[in-house]
Amino acid sequence: MASKGEPVLEVRDLVKHFPLTQGIVVKRQVGAIKAVDGVSFDLHRGETLGIVGESGCGKSTLAKLLMALETPTSGTVRVAGKDLANAKGADLKRIRRNIQMVMQDPYTSLNPRMTVGDIVGEPFEIHSEVAPKGDRRKKVQELLDVVGLNPDHINRYPHQFSGGQRQRIGIARGLALQPEVIVCDEPVSALDVSIQAQVINLLERLQNEFDLAYIFIAHDLSVVRHISDRVAVMYLGKIVEIGRDTEIYDRPTHPYTQALLSAVPVPDPEGRENRERIILQGDPPSPANPPSGCRFRTRCWKAQEICAEEEPLLQIRPGADHPSACHFAEVHDVVHAS
Amino acid sequence: MQNPSVDTHLLPADTLGTAPLLAVDNLHVEFATRQGVARAVNGVSYALNAGETLAVLGESGSGKSVTAQAIMGILDMPPARIPKGEIRFRGTDLLKLSENARTQIRGQQIAMVFQDALSALNPVFTVGWQIAEMFRVHRGMGKKAAYAKAIELMDRVRIPAARQRVHDYPHQFSGGMRQRIMIAMSIALDPDVLIADEPTTALDVTVQAQIMELLAELQRESNMAMILITHDLGVVADVADKIAVMYGGRIVENAPVHDVYKTPAHPYTKGLLESIPRVDQKGQDLYAIKGLPPNLLDMPTGCAFNPRCPYRQDNCVTDVPPLHEISGTRSSACHYWREVLDGVEG
Repeated sequence: MASKGEPVLEVRDLVKHFPLTQGIVVKRQVGAIKAVDGVSFDLHRGETLGIVGESGCGKSTLAKLLMALETPTSGTVRVAGKDLANAKGADLKRIRRNIQMVMQDPYTSLNPRMTVGDIVGEPFEIHSEVAPKGDRRKKVQELLDVVGLNPDHINRYPHQFSGGQRQRIGIARGLALQPEVIVCDEPVSALDVSIQAQVINLLERLQNEFDLAYIFIAHDLSVVRHISDRVAVMYLGKIVEIGRDTEIYDRPTHPYTQALLSAVPVPDPEGRENRERIILQGDPPSPANPPSGCRFRTRCWKAQEICAEEEPLLQIRPGADHPSACHFAEVHDVVHAS
Repeated sequence: MQNPSVDTHLLPADTLGTAPLLAVDNLHVEFATRQGVARAVNGVSYALNAGETLAVLGESGSGKSVTAQAIMGILDMPPARIPKGEIRFRGTDLLKLSENARTQIRGQQIAMVFQDALSALNPVFTVGWQIAEMFRVHRGMGKKAAYAKAIELMDRVRIPAARQRVHDYPHQFSGGMRQRIMIAMSIALDPDVLIADEPTTALDVTVQAQIMELLAELQRESNMAMILITHDLGVVADVADKIAVMYGGRIVENAPVHDVYKTPAHPYTKGLLESIPRVDQKGQDLYAIKGLPPNLLDMPTGCAFNPRCPYRQDNCVTDVPPLHEISGTRSSACHYWREVLDGVEG
């Protein structure tokens, strides 16, 4: 997809630290969970940025920051040129219209006591300028039709739908305000395998139809590759590598990306004995006390002294075509090498 | 068999004359619910030899976990009921044994690793106590000796600093480490069969790779047979020797792993494989199996997959397809398996 014109979403040096406190009466801050620690990227109209990483790497905190559900410690988020992070009141409300979210769990993210019509129509209560009152029911039915649900089911309750259908309800709610950006936080991981493809296809169709930009957060790397134009790999609150899908998947340069890609089981038993497998030792360190220098160095097989002393910047390295935050970045095609 | 739909087809080990280590034969499990009887397992048969890995593949509600729980004997009965079928372990039908006799087998000869280690471990006892319990209860060991064994096991599943961590509680471990503790408990008494029910579903891919490697290694060391229950086609392709694909409480395809991925013989398996995003499909629609998984309380007549099947003919709605034998090692429960194998769209 073309990345031309002004980006619809600009994120600069976004930081979110959650304070760790001690004491009951007098709370003292004794440290901070560095959930998101200096993240920057752009997103253009009609483009999909996939975000991958292990649990605890800050993917979901990033999503909340983009939605202004959390206040960033520092940094800016600009949606269609307007600063979201420091906006308040009516301004915030107006900017928020442009960025909506599809949640992971279609079972808990829909209120069981509201009908589908109320759930999908609720955004119109808050932003009444989008759909005048008398018009809303028709609008909701149109939305249900767009996501492939029967518009006559407007009075049903969430429990009357299957998981895949509920996720469609969540998507219809995200679309209601005609946003430019939709943040999808693990939109298919709670669904059965045979249903996932249906929802992915729907998201792609909607993107083409409405020229939407997606932030697609997921841990299933093959799904991310299928839907994303660009992919960012996160580790302990930082983006360690970012690039076009082919750059990340075929020519990864950061050791963490290589390990992550090699750990994904390939759904083909052919040649499984000779497949290269980088098995990382241990678990990711705690974001409350990340290692000095490069955060990946404690699990990295390339680590040297410089890695502990100097933090590698996310920049284009010699011999590579996309930014990578590793002192020893080197192209290594783990998926196809065997 | 009274049920004509079920072919008591057995795997080759049986036909060769040596009885398999574990054989599930025409197993039925149903649950009494307020809405009626849910038939979760409808005539499942599979067999397993020592050192072999059988992957049971299926989505939620396909009956894959219920079958495993029936083998372990940990189904709550009632509401569950096993109206017919046999589970033969070394030739004895487990379902005919007394509860006492089953307790002897459970954990000692057939052990299980659960999906969610945090809820499977007891939060109020230390992990060392929980692993040592296996030795105290089943082997009658003293406290000290049992703890020493627990530390040995924690070392074996590669938990760093086992001697210090033996007195920690489950919540003090990460997800991957907790799963290792579950594995330590399950292999404590050197079982012949290990049932792993979605052992890595709750874990990150990098940790998943560690756990799968650990399981493979333990299996090599002790020639254990393993039943791996999963919905992940990638994990299956990595470790399985043979696959049983389940849909709507029935095995729809039974085959060595290479055959399934190369030439699936059931439309459901074929659909699952085609819906995996491939690199050359970028920008195109993914193949999606249409429709929804069946409701166990209201199963479609005939083949359970018929409402979603591109190969459907009239007899699919009326006749339940038996498990047709394709070759000595393969079978498919589809009337039109020949067409599916040849790739002819129905």
